[in-house]
Amino acid sequence: MFNFVLRRLGIAIPTMLLLIIFSFIMMHAAPGGPFNSERPLPPQVLANIEARYGLDKPLPVQMFDYVVAIVTQFDFGPSFRYADRSVNDIIALGFPVTLTYGLWSFVVAVTVGVSLGVAAAVYHNSWLDYLAVGVSIGAQVLPNFVMAPILVLVFTLWLGLLPGGGWNGGQWNHVIMPVIALSTSYMANIARITRSSMLEVLHSNFIRTARAKGLPQRRIIWTHALKPSLLPVISYLGPAFVGMITGSVVVDVYFSTGGIGQLFVNSALTRDYSVMMGITILFGALTIFFNMVVDVLYAWIDPKIRL
Amino acid sequence: MSLLEVKDLSISFEITDGTVNAVNGLSFDIDAGQTLAIVGESGSGKSQTVFAAMGLLADNGTAKGSIKFGDLELIGMSEQRLNKVRAEQIAMIFQDPMTSLNPYMRISDQMVEVLMQHKKMNKSDALKESIKMLEAVHLPDAKSVIRRYPHECSGGMRQRIMIAMALLCRPKLLIADEPTTALDVTVQAQIMTLLSDVQKEFGTAIILITHDLGVVAGSCRETLVMYGGRVMEFGKTKDIFASPGHPYTKGLLSAIPRLDTENAELASIPGNPPNAMTLPKGCPFAGRCAHTMDKCWDVMPALEPFAEGTRLRACHLPLEEMN
Repeated sequence: MFNFVLRRLGIAIPTMLLLIIFSFIMMHAAPGGPFNSERPLPPQVLANIEARYGLDKPLPVQMFDYVVAIVTQFDFGPSFRYADRSVNDIIALGFPVTLTYGLWSFVVAVTVGVSLGVAAAVYHNSWLDYLAVGVSIGAQVLPNFVMAPILVLVFTLWLGLLPGGGWNGGQWNHVIMPVIALSTSYMANIARITRSSMLEVLHSNFIRTARAKGLPQRRIIWTHALKPSLLPVISYLGPAFVGMITGSVVVDVYFSTGGIGQLFVNSALTRDYSVMMGITILFGALTIFFNMVVDVLYAWIDPKIRL
Repeated sequence: MSLLEVKDLSISFEITDGTVNAVNGLSFDIDAGQTLAIVGESGSGKSQTVFAAMGLLADNGTAKGSIKFGDLELIGMSEQRLNKVRAEQIAMIFQDPMTSLNPYMRISDQMVEVLMQHKKMNKSDALKESIKMLEAVHLPDAKSVIRRYPHECSGGMRQRIMIAMALLCRPKLLIADEPTTALDVTVQAQIMTLLSDVQKEFGTAIILITHDLGVVAGSCRETLVMYGGRVMEFGKTKDIFASPGHPYTKGLLSAIPRLDTENAELASIPGNPPNAMTLPKGCPFAGRCAHTMDKCWDVMPALEPFAEGTRLRACHLPLEEMN
């Protein structure tokens, strides 16, 4: 187990390096740059600014300097767009917001999704099953850019219950709608996966044995069937968790939450190279880390897997 | 009084294409401490019969008729009341010990939960009792084996564990559904010996379901031969082996491979079991029988006693013409 984690971290380093190299090349291959605008700067000024940010050096040197600064000082550089702000400052501003509504979305998606899936499987072909399947299909086909304005329309404009946007330090009434908008489709996927794997497990031989042992239904489901049913759910949850805590541009735009999703897209549009790189690295690291967590969870559930 | 009495049992399954009649008007009984073999090919309804007794039929299956355990009618019994019968009175072991144990739980947890549920034992007493039972089924090193997961045990060990688990509450009846099919031959013999030891030691009645007459020979006093969901023949095992009373039984017996003859060809019964959705009006075996007469197709022969009432057979062919 300890060795496994070490090994995975060992693989993570070259993976991150590759991620940096590819992002760097692609970013610079796109035409334009952070200091291009409709009114071109005088060439001398542009050259000075580019020299200030190191953009005049050859690409491999830029990359090398970038990695060295990260490794030695955890310095992701200054933002190219917002003077006086470093990438670390910008992430520190946006990431707590996405982390907050992302974690809540995760909690909601998992609890509601798993319960719905289990209920649908246990009461297979009953009205509860049809309801659960209907809800999850509905939730899945409704894109969040449709859902978000509907939520605002209903809860803000019609009912006047919730504020239509803003973050206000993550006060609960500002968190509810982003969480609903973000968690719904994940919840639907989790419900669908849980239902089908639970159905399969409930038909397996060892469940028949458990029934023959005269165990009550509740015990059969919670101690015998749930763990194996969750295996496929967990492999979905790793990437889904990263997807949720890194937020979504739709949520950030519609609810003006100021999260990292919007910052990421803006940085790409404005060619804010360093912010773009910083957020890419953050997402990459989270993805690698949570994939490792999924593997550890797998081994914890299935005794046949030894790490 | 019989321990288990099956009367006029019919089991059918609704599937999208129609109705499958797996068991049709089956009756038999077994006394306390006795051994009964139910023999037949795949699809003859033997497993479904005992599943019905345990309330384990699939959701689309319905059982009609009666299965009485003492005074208790098992058909139509609520799950809650069935759970008091399961494991406590009737226990069951299954064909495939590889998949019948929960691969995600330690053997200790799977055994202990039975005693905690039915005998209201605490965990440490239940664990001691479980180890004792594993030792009773001659599992070496029971104390450490019980800490393992099923995949860390061999097939034979797993079937021993299944048997030990089934015996935990000292049930009056043990149903063994093809307990040796998934095991290799030497282990098969050990498991059969174990089952007959169990029967003697605990006084448990055993219903052994198998398609292998060779397994039945040494271990069961009585044998019930099933085909197409009906009883073809019933009697003492030694009588049936000595002089089969039904063409189907005869076919099954001659299909047992023998090492003591020169003939290298394996005997078989020509044809396949009938489709349980379109069973003929008459005898289900008519399509494969060497002695088929016209009335075999139209009239199901009644199950009639012979040999001074010690045996039963359902066949139109006069007994004298059997051999």
